[in-house]
Order: sequence, then structure tokens, then C-alpha cells
Amino acid sequence: MGEVKVMRSRRAVGIVGYGSYIPMYRLSDAEIARVWKGGGRGPVEEKAVAGLDEDTVTIAIEAARNALARAGIPSQALQAVWVGSESPPYAVKPASTLVAEAIGATPWHLAADFEFACKAGTEALQAAMGLVGSEMGDYALAIGADTAQGRPGDQLEYTAASGGTAFIVGPAEEALARCLGSLSYVTDTPDFWRRAYQHYPRHGGRFTGEPAYFHHIESAARALMEAMGMTAADFRYAVFHQPNVKFPRRVAKRLGFTPEQIAPGLLSGRIGNTYAGAAITGFSATLDVARPGDRILLVSFGSGAGSDAFVWEVTEKIEARRDLAPTVEAYIRRRVEIDYALYVRYRGKILMK
Amino acid sequence: MIEKVADNWRLRGQRYRLEGEVCPHCGAVIFPPRDICPECGKPAKEPKPLSGRGEVYSFSTVYSPPEGFEAYVPYTVALVKLEEGPMVTAQLTDVAPDEVEIGMKVEMVTRKLRARGEEGTIIYGYKFRPML
Ligand SMILES: [Zn+2]
Repeated sequence: MGEVKVMRSRRAVGIVGYGSYIPMYRLSDAEIARVWKGGGRGPVEEKAVAGLDEDTVTIAIEAARNALARAGIPSQALQAVWVGSESPPYAVKPASTLVAEAIGATPWHLAADFEFACKAGTEALQAAMGLVGSEMGDYALAIGADTAQGRPGDQLEYTAASGGTAFIVGPAEEALARCLGSLSYVTDTPDFWRRAYQHYPRHGGRFTGEPAYFHHIESAARALMEAMGMTAADFRYAVFHQPNVKFPRRVAKRLGFTPEQIAPGLLSGRIGNTYAGAAITGFSATLDVARPGDRILLVSFGSGAGSDAFVWEVTEKIEARRDLAPTVEAYIRRRVEIDYALYVRYRGKILMK
Repeated sequence: MIEKVADNWRLRGQRYRLEGEVCPHCGAVIFPPRDICPECGKPAKEPKPLSGRGEVYSFSTVYSPPEGFEAYVPYTVALVKLEEGPMVTAQLTDVAPDEVEIGMKVEMVTRKLRARGEEGTIIYGYKFRPML
């Protein structure tokens, strides 16, 4: 199994700006169940659906603009623009260059798209911390965003949602949340996949629970907390990847966290699973309510499979920067309910295979 | 086809992030950029990022769209008066046509304008939505 490797950069780093975006359309699970099962419910109340003119790039752009507003740095100061997603609009052509151009960061920076299912955003965040921590650059933008799609009638359709969050990583002295340590836990586990040229993903049914989601999140979280000499009681909040409501609740309980600790960051019941945006949008919503000195545990999960775990400590800088961009709650409250027919039109879901 | 890709590419600063110009002679803010000040007629090439905030000056709802915009019907096109002064014509988004009013506060967002079929490039650009 090898030795646990907690990552800490030579130069201390943290988040200097963060921002999210959630589209305004909502489709309820009751409506999906009405169409496919003649009634009933699903694993979440409702999910956020991107409009006709939205995709991963437009979601990432708005999240990035919100992060820049909170960071208070010029976009030209960014030395990396990294976008993690499983639903980029082009199969070949980076989403990151479009985002960088739209926020005015081009041309003197790194740019690339990261791919690791729902953990692509936290992978980009780890890389951004490496870049700034090694002093190769002072500021790096890491984004996780998706417009996730499930096959019509499939279990995934009840939760696959749209949204995303962006972080600007910078030196710890300027941070609104400092990173105290992070690690990553990865194995080759085929719980969810999509082959080239296929429109919809496939999943391993029950295989997605214990050997995938729970094993990776618990392994990463326990190893990081133990290596740092911390327990659940040392944290004010915790945020876990949220493919539904049940899984993050259960994993929190197993790790010793209370329902109150995960409440601000558990959004899946109201917006669904935003994939690469899921855990980090929960983290963004938690930062929206956190106080200086609060510690937050963040653990993502990406199918395939792996988890990134981070320990954050909120600084006094949060107070002045929080109101410089819309909160996650403001986006969740901006809500227009749609029926299944309109959903089909918005998501271009005419393909049935 | 290649020429059209190039045309769109040249416009990316103004299209993606509403980048205008400011006249170094009389201070007029210019959008879209045209390198000559419409107020004083002197050269004006200084880029000026605009706030993206403004209000609806007039609008109309489109039911018979030009080619490439069929998917969005019905949609509203508005003349938006920007905070900095210039007027810009743009599509409104995240709003039903019957909710639009003259004087409504709006803000710029970057959205998909259209795609060139299934194989061509996707064109992104500014639209305006009700202020969040
Ligand atoms: Zn002039």
C-alpha cells in the first residue's frame, strides 16, 4: 500500500478568491419519475439544468469572474487557467483557452483541461497549489464545472446536474482560507465510464457505492486526518462529494462528523450532482458562511477512481471579500422550474441511445 | 469557412468580455471598438474593459430568427444603454420575453451565441440578463 503522503508546499498557499455559478432552471425528480415510472420520487428533490445557451465554458467563465472579484487581482496576474470537467464542449480544443480569453487572462499563462470524472476540479486545485507553492507563479485559477447528462430514464438522470466553482490560489498571506495539508488517494476502479464517441456514460450499478465512493473518500479522509493529528471534532465543517444526499450523509457519519458540520455544504438535494463542480460548490457555499479560524475538511471523489482531501483554515480576510460576488445561496434561490418536455429541449436530449 | 472562423476570432475581445475603447482626446467611451472616436473623429485605440452593467433602452421579441438562432425562439433582443455611455444591441437571456421592461437593470454574461452545425466552431459572446 505504500506510505501516506501528505502534501505541503514549500511556500504556504491558500485560496485568495472563490466563486461559483449555478444555472437557474430546475427539474424535479418527481417530474422525471412521472415520465419514466408513472410517479414516485428520486434521490434528490430537484437538479439544476443549464439553459440553451449555457455549457461548461459559460459556467466556468462566470465562476471565474466571481473568483476574480473576490480575489481583487487583475486577471493578467494569473499564471495558470485550468478547467476540470467531464463535459467540455469540444472533444478537441481546450475549454481553458476560452475561459482565459473571456476573463482577459491571455496570453502569458499555462492553460489546460483536466479530466478525472467528478474529481477533475480538485485535481486542478492541487496542481494550482503546486504551481504557487513552488513559486513558479503567484496566482493560479482552478475550476471544476460540468453540464452532466444521464441517459433518459437511467438512474443517473435523476441527479446529473449543471454548475461549477472556481478558485484562485495564491500565497497564504493573502488567502481567505489557508491550506494546511492535502493528499490524494487513487486506484483503478471501473465504477463509471463513457467510451469514446458514446453520448451517455455507463455505470457499475451497486459497484459505485462501497468499493468506489466510500472506499476512496474514507481512505483519503482518514489518512489525512490521522497524519495531521486531527479528528472530526477539530473541524467546524466538512464537505464531501455529493452524487446524491444519502452517500455524503453516510460517509460523514462513518468519519465521525455531525449533520450540522456538513449542512452548509450539502447542496445535492436542491441542485443535484454537478460532477466536477459538486464537492467544490459545497465548499464554496461553506466559505460563504464560515468565520475566521474555522477549519474545513474537503474530500472529493471521482469515478475511475480517486479522492482528493484538503484541510483548510479560514482567515480574517473572508469577511471583507465574501460580499464581492454572489453567494451560492443567491444562485440556488434564482430558480425557474421546468417540465420534462422543456428539459428535453434545453439539453438537446433527442438521442435515445 | 476558414475566413469566417477568422472573422469571429478577431472579435473575441469585444465578444467575450465586452472590451471597448476610450478616446485619449475627449474621453469618450466607445463600443464596439472602431479605432476612430465617433465624438471627435480622432484616432482612439486605447482598450477599455466595460463594467457590463446597464439598462434596457428598448427591446423586441424575435419569432422569425436569422439562420443559426432557430433553437432560441422566442427570444428578446434589446438595445442596452451601458453604465459608461455606449449603446449595445444584444440578446437577453435568463428572462422570459414577457418579463422584459424598459429601464430594467441588466448585466453582461458570456454565453453561447450559436454553433456552426454539428462539426463547426461554437460562437460565444455577450448577452445581458436581469441583474442578479
Ligand atoms: Zn474623442
